[in-house]
Amino acid sequence: MANPAHAAPGEHAPHAGHGAPSQSWLMSWVMTSDHKRIGILYGLSALFFFVLGGIEALVIRTQLAAPGQHIVDAATYNALFTMHGTTMIFLGVMPMSASFFNYLIPLQIGARDVIFPRLNAFSFWLFLIGAIVLNVPFILTPFVDMRVIPDGGWFGYATLTEKAYTPGASIDFWICGLQILGVASMAAGFNFIVTIFNLRAPGMTLLRMPVFTWMTMVVQFLVVLSFPCITIALVLLMFDRLFGTHFYLPEGGGDPLLWQHLFWLFGHPEVYILILPAMGIVSEVLPTFARKPLFGAPFVIFSGITIGLLGFGVWSHHMFTTGLGAAADASFSVTTMLIAIPTGVKIFNWLATIWGGQIRLTTANLFALGFVCMFTMGGLSGVMHASPPVDLQQQDSYFVVAHFHYVLFGGAVFGLLSGIYYWFPKMNGGFLSESLGRWIFGILFVGFNTTFFPMHIVGAAGMPRRIFTYDAGLGWEIPNLIETVGAFTIAVGVLLFIIDLLRSIGRTDGKAGPNPWDASSLEWITESPPKVHNFDITPTVYSDRPVWEKNHGPGPGYALAAVDEHIHIPPPSLRPLMLAMGVGMFFISWLTAGQFFMFGAGMSIVALGAILYSSFSWFLEPGH
Amino acid sequence: MLAFRSSTARLLSAGPLLTAFVACLLLVGCGNADSTNIADSMNTLVGHSDLTKNILDIYGTIFWIDTFLFILVQGVLIYAVLKFRARGDEKTLPEQVHGNLQMELGWTIAPVFILMLIAIPTVSFIFESQAPAGKDAIVVNATGKQWWFKFGYPGYGFETANELHVPAGRQVDLRLQSDNVIHAFWAPQLTAKRDMMPGRVNHITFTADRAGTYLGQCAEYCQDSHALMKFRVVVDSLEDFEKWAAHQKEGVPEAEAKSAGFEAFQGATCVACHAISGTSAQAAIGPNLTHVGSRTHIAAGVLENNEANLRAWLKNPDAVKPGSKMPNLNLSDEQITTLVSYLQSLK
Amino acid sequence: MSTATAGHHEPAAEYAVTGVPSYKLAMWTFLGSDCFFFGALIGTYMTYRGKSLNGPYPLDVFAPSVTSISTFDLLLSSLFMVLAVHYAKEKDIPKMTLWTLLTMLGGLIFLGFQAYEFSSFVEEGLTLKSNIFGATFFVLTGFHGAHVAIGVFLLGALLWSVRGGHVADAGITTEVIGLYWHFVDIVWILIFTLVYLLEFTK
Repeated sequence: MANPAHAAPGEHAPHAGHGAPSQSWLMSWVMTSDHKRIGILYGLSALFFFVLGGIEALVIRTQLAAPGQHIVDAATYNALFTMHGTTMIFLGVMPMSASFFNYLIPLQIGARDVIFPRLNAFSFWLFLIGAIVLNVPFILTPFVDMRVIPDGGWFGYATLTEKAYTPGASIDFWICGLQILGVASMAAGFNFIVTIFNLRAPGMTLLRMPVFTWMTMVVQFLVVLSFPCITIALVLLMFDRLFGTHFYLPEGGGDPLLWQHLFWLFGHPEVYILILPAMGIVSEVLPTFARKPLFGAPFVIFSGITIGLLGFGVWSHHMFTTGLGAAADASFSVTTMLIAIPTGVKIFNWLATIWGGQIRLTTANLFALGFVCMFTMGGLSGVMHASPPVDLQQQDSYFVVAHFHYVLFGGAVFGLLSGIYYWFPKMNGGFLSESLGRWIFGILFVGFNTTFFPMHIVGAAGMPRRIFTYDAGLGWEIPNLIETVGAFTIAVGVLLFIIDLLRSIGRTDGKAGPNPWDASSLEWITESPPKVHNFDITPTVYSDRPVWEKNHGPGPGYALAAVDEHIHIPPPSLRPLMLAMGVGMFFISWLTAGQFFMFGAGMSIVALGAILYSSFSWFLEPGH
Repeated sequence: MLAFRSSTARLLSAGPLLTAFVACLLLVGCGNADSTNIADSMNTLVGHSDLTKNILDIYGTIFWIDTFLFILVQGVLIYAVLKFRARGDEKTLPEQVHGNLQMELGWTIAPVFILMLIAIPTVSFIFESQAPAGKDAIVVNATGKQWWFKFGYPGYGFETANELHVPAGRQVDLRLQSDNVIHAFWAPQLTAKRDMMPGRVNHITFTADRAGTYLGQCAEYCQDSHALMKFRVVVDSLEDFEKWAAHQKEGVPEAEAKSAGFEAFQGATCVACHAISGTSAQAAIGPNLTHVGSRTHIAAGVLENNEANLRAWLKNPDAVKPGSKMPNLNLSDEQITTLVSYLQSLK
Repeated sequence: MSTATAGHHEPAAEYAVTGVPSYKLAMWTFLGSDCFFFGALIGTYMTYRGKSLNGPYPLDVFAPSVTSISTFDLLLSSLFMVLAVHYAKEKDIPKMTLWTLLTMLGGLIFLGFQAYEFSSFVEEGLTLKSNIFGATFFVLTGFHGAHVAIGVFLLGALLWSVRGGHVADAGITTEVIGLYWHFVDIVWILIFTLVYLLEFTK
């Protein structure tokens, strides 16, 4: 940004980027506030936790490969499926999406960084602390004589999560981890909303924004509006566990149903928080590889907004079995069916996008086409349990497990993988292997369907979710065995992907060039990888496909006016990490209060001090 | 609306077709709708009550609509990819189509009509199935416990556990409740699913259409032994049901209440949790054992009710059901032998 | 921090496409989020209203006159806040300081009233544990009180940084904190109506 006090006139180089000579490589990452580096940090963390969640899934699948197995005991199994769900949602898909938001949003809107770069770093560090809190019980378990690994399910239904039924610290770890992740997500949400509104390059009107940027904005609104609901739900649960209130306990006048309302008021928008980024990615990838514009881009954008809005009006479709009454069941059923309309619009528009194009089957495009294919499947099975009568059979059965894996794996994860193959050359300078990539796509596609399609069948055959063992003779054996084979096939695909990723990260020979796919949005005019300050000159935008129109006409697309700009990049800082540790400590103090009340209370006072100190020193830090 | 529903049902003949479809996929040979094999009774694609048959009609409608849309979308997708695949020798760009308002409005509005095909029977089913039970319905209080089911028959004045008996052709009003965590009552072919919520009473009203034994299982995660919380529904003819109920109502004969077996029962502190009507054992923490000998299974449908299994259960409940609330009483082999023969005698 | 920061000698928000300064936009977004936060808390309170299995019940403990005074005090502080923003925009720092101090005083008096109210309620047997009314009441009003306390702290930090020359544009910074203050005030009006006044309408 322009700052006469810090930059000489006409100076183009960033004067305080990361990697100042006095800094070690490690510290340059720890202190970074560069959105691209934070994006990479998010991506690598997400990949790590994705693998961890995947290992949990493999243990689960091994246990269920045959009836009556006891590879892990019931309690461990319950902890594993709880952590698998929590990890994949909060530590896998969400941060992987955040990785794309961070890396791409400033590039796509022609900005040098997000509006509050250090707040952005704070979000990342706080996310990492939350992720550690959730997973540290795995290490603690051998040393304590109580249950510490979260084991109440990712949905944590009261009354099961109350002290009376889960007396150990497992739920306390879960509450603490989720609260920390919530603060991190909300902080990032405010940051990106303001960034997208206020940092767009000249000429980039809202409808000229790339669809990925649009979907990001919808997601950020969902985050900042839905996370408060789970924050309160968790606070009330914590009060029940810590102070003996009865928010969810009928014996004291409370109602366990309140938890479900608050949780799903968050939980359903959360589903769209997971899927909309992937929809945004696919809306970038399909047009690029069809060499056509996105068909009816405004329709796609407004569908995304509609999905987001309706997402707040359907939460009770997760509760059709709880006995809400006929009127509530009927109205939530109808609103849920309505969501099929904008979702269908998106699918048809994607099909119309590739129709009549020149389709290049790159790995990125294969994953995007795979997304459309698999997401359709998940969407259609979703229509089934939008109807409460059908839901009364499918809810909490493996049919539902199949449904949401088609949405979140066949959908979200395939979309994210498409995005990784698509933008990796931008981030790295060189490509991921295309030939291996096709194999990886093939293995994952086959493995995915082998794992999750039989779950429809076994669910229809009456197999409930979350059971650590089952009896032979109910027709569940063969599908389960097939599923386990599929799960290990997926593992092979993921392993190959990680090998290729690690192998390719080193190869930054710049052979990709700025725009290897002949794409259309602004990130493709930057170098690969982009400079610290992204753009030497802020582009002026004339089209919703600026780079494409520049190359192929008919309009000018964008222009680089030779304005005299002073580039200011905030200097590296330790304050975001310090503040994140302070905030993390504050929440951890409530966790410890579950077992050692006075210690926790003392710790929370120390944490408040740490928060005050780090925010003041943040505020007073020079050069930002 | 009923007319609409049954006509679609005939049109699609969903039940048998779907069952055949799934049966093929399951590779279990024939699983047709008239099967009396208890092992097939978790299969949700067969209905043996008014409730589940109506559900299957709606499911059939959605299934075929979904199948049509699935084939349509995947067909267009595959066709487009094959037809419009780049050959690498294109001289010109494809036509840059930005959209087509008519088409887009078309595929925004068309789904509304398709959804109405689903929404109308759905909404009418919701209101019909949740109407209050008739006056002559047999009331059963079903309570979810960790990890077993308590069934009370207030109209008859007795209690039993894990094996629910109902008559065919009579409406049953199940009143679902819980005094601990949330459970869900799910006998797929008879009742579909409802949660047993602490602090409230949920209803399932259904009429079973023929005699037989059906499996059921808890469908809401309720901690350690959630997987081992099962039950059976025995549908009898009305006559058999009344006979069964009359027998259940009887306590054990007075002589037996003073037998050596009952003394062992008292001595081993079983009385602290279990009731046997007709005796001094009246605690209501564990399952009522008055006629435990007549039940086919023990430990909530986990083990067959035979001597070896009873021995194993009494020896160490936790080994059968992880986290079991029944403590290991460290009984001696002799105590176990006496208790097993006593419990088996409680027919 | 980048463009719109209130930090060192930078013209605040010189690069705001929407014309709304970025800090202000961020605050509006935060307040939107906070609406759901309080929405969930107030929703919880209203869901459980009248569901206590035992006393003390609201009418056993409420002293409407006392709460009315503290409500009036908080409303008054909002007026002071308006004046502080006005003078901050006029760059009249001494007057801005005066009105900001008075706003803080209003907030502190409100917190004092709340502390008094809480302790007298506890004396009458209403605690977090006593019944569902106690639990919902203390959590809702407690969270509101925490918001007021944070507001007082923010105003203190504002004064300190404006007078210390750490803020380039006191007008916008004061306005942004003012937005927060008014929001917290409006939430209290909602709480006062739904929690207190509603009990006296029969």
